[in-house]
Amino acid sequence: MLRYMLKRLLIMVITLWIIVTLTFVLMVSIPGSPFNSDQTSNEIVQANLERHYNLDKPYHIQYLLYLKSIATLEFGPSIKQPNQTVNDLLGRGFPISFELGIVTIIVAVVSGIILGILAALRHNGIIDYMAMGIAVLGISIPNFILATLLIQQLAVNLEWFPVATWSSPKHMVLPVLALATGPMAIIARLTRSTMLEVLTQDYIKMARAKGLTPWKVIMKHALRNALMPVVTIMGTLLAGILTGTFVIEQIFAIPGMGKYFVESINHRDYPVIMGTTVFYSAFLIIMLFLVDIAYGILDPRIKVNNKEGE
Amino acid sequence: MKQKHNPRHIKLQSQVPDEWFRWKERDQNQAEVVSRPSLSYWQDAWKRLVKNKLAMSGLFFLIVLVIMAIIGPIVSPYEVNKTDLPNQYQAPSAEHWFGTDSHGRDVFTRTWYGARISLFVGFMAALIDVTIGIIYGGISGYKGGRTDNIMMRIIEILYGLPYLLVVILLLVVLGPSLTTIIIALTVTGWVGMARIVRGQVLQIKNYEFVLASKSFGTRSSRIIRKNLLPNAMGPIIVQMTLTVPSAIFAEAFLSFIGLGIQAPYASWGVMANDSLGAILSGNWWTLFFPAFFISFTMFAFNVLGDGLQDALDPKLRK
Repeated sequence: MLRYMLKRLLIMVITLWIIVTLTFVLMVSIPGSPFNSDQTSNEIVQANLERHYNLDKPYHIQYLLYLKSIATLEFGPSIKQPNQTVNDLLGRGFPISFELGIVTIIVAVVSGIILGILAALRHNGIIDYMAMGIAVLGISIPNFILATLLIQQLAVNLEWFPVATWSSPKHMVLPVLALATGPMAIIARLTRSTMLEVLTQDYIKMARAKGLTPWKVIMKHALRNALMPVVTIMGTLLAGILTGTFVIEQIFAIPGMGKYFVESINHRDYPVIMGTTVFYSAFLIIMLFLVDIAYGILDPRIKVNNKEGE
Repeated sequence: MKQKHNPRHIKLQSQVPDEWFRWKERDQNQAEVVSRPSLSYWQDAWKRLVKNKLAMSGLFFLIVLVIMAIIGPIVSPYEVNKTDLPNQYQAPSAEHWFGTDSHGRDVFTRTWYGARISLFVGFMAALIDVTIGIIYGGISGYKGGRTDNIMMRIIEILYGLPYLLVVILLLVVLGPSLTTIIIALTVTGWVGMARIVRGQVLQIKNYEFVLASKSFGTRSSRIIRKNLLPNAMGPIIVQMTLTVPSAIFAEAFLSFIGLGIQAPYASWGVMANDSLGAILSGNWWTLFFPAFFISFTMFAFNVLGDGLQDALDPKLRK
């Protein structure tokens, strides 16, 4: 287990290093200096600015300084918004995005699993077809389309929920719904197929034969094993939800990190784009690592396979 | 009636009169006849796919979509980017079948033009992914050993990179255009395909017919081309049908956050983004048509991919 963890840790560090280096190379290869816009047309001012941000130094020194700043979690200043650093934006936006993300994950996982179990228990019944119909629709409709449709129907036409912003639980309903439907659909399909497989296993027959109630058989014996694949795709789902927050926060005018990120893309605010990308990537890569470790702990077969594989 | 020593048979026979039995002559011509028509793998898969109504309706929708993407902008009397401000926000009518948008542009024409871009991005991304994936995965799986080990470590590292973030990063630097979008989507997109090809090759290369081929002295490149790839084709095709919708989604997503095809050119994502303001004022059609076609295209590819997965799986053969 320790060896497996170390191997994953090494891969994680290399992946992090690649994304940081890639960001640096791309940042340097953008033509022109970041201060070429009209308000800093004065050459002396520009030279001062470049010195202040170490842009006058050779690339390898810049790279080392960049690595150092990343390692100390200093993601640099914003060009377009004066006196703002990426850290300021992160500090303001991330808690809101995090809240949105956490609620979305909980909603997606809980409803996805319930839908999957119901579908598996009523295999080829009406509930199964309905659940899988919802799931296919959920996978097919992009979250930003769903968000706009929800606003149009539930907020503008029926006026059940507020159109935008982020202040009360009622404001959370539409963004969370728009963001959670896709992952929920994937989880539901996965839970259903593994559940169907698990239910044919002998140990389920055994549990039934012992006289356990159907509820106990499902909760204690079947579900535990059916959930393993759900754990494996959590990393991918997290990445999807995270990128989903970019558009959802923009559509619902939620002052989270994703909104700042998309704004910085539209304004070509390069340091913010790069800093946020590194932050997001690091967050995701670490999450993937944790998911992998969790999977290794939960599934005893991993250890066996690993020994044989090495 | 060889088993006359079996008492149960004797008992049974005693109840049935002898004249009910008749000797059937062995027909030499019939002995070699196969009871069902011999089908190749692909014929068999096709037969099973045809039976899957959902997958077939997906296929049908996609064929119609491709035809409309080709002829739609040609048959329409309106130009894709021709603005006509006096006629902005016209509801769908006989003149403008899908209505007009905020600039008076014909939504019908723009929808099919958007279909061209979405389908082009989707198919190109899938094609490039397959090409790189087959070469990389094929070499990795066939060579095995140390080569495989190193190549798989590289894949493992690339797999950890957040896909859309890398794409966003590349597009910010390269500048958004059709070519750069396809490049950005395939830079890390081929990794999934390479893994699948490798897994297939690893499995198939141990089969006896490959050994037989080797013992005849066939060159490695020929074995990969003639023995391994045709047999790995099923999962590759399924993965391809699932790559196309994810590329279409990525393009729409990028257009939506302002990194896709640039205005005035129409892609479904651009159209959806343009109509965000319009839905609040009740001009639903500007959003509805691009939204419907993005969702339905993804739906069609998903059900077709699911259907192909079942159809191409020889284990499910009845």
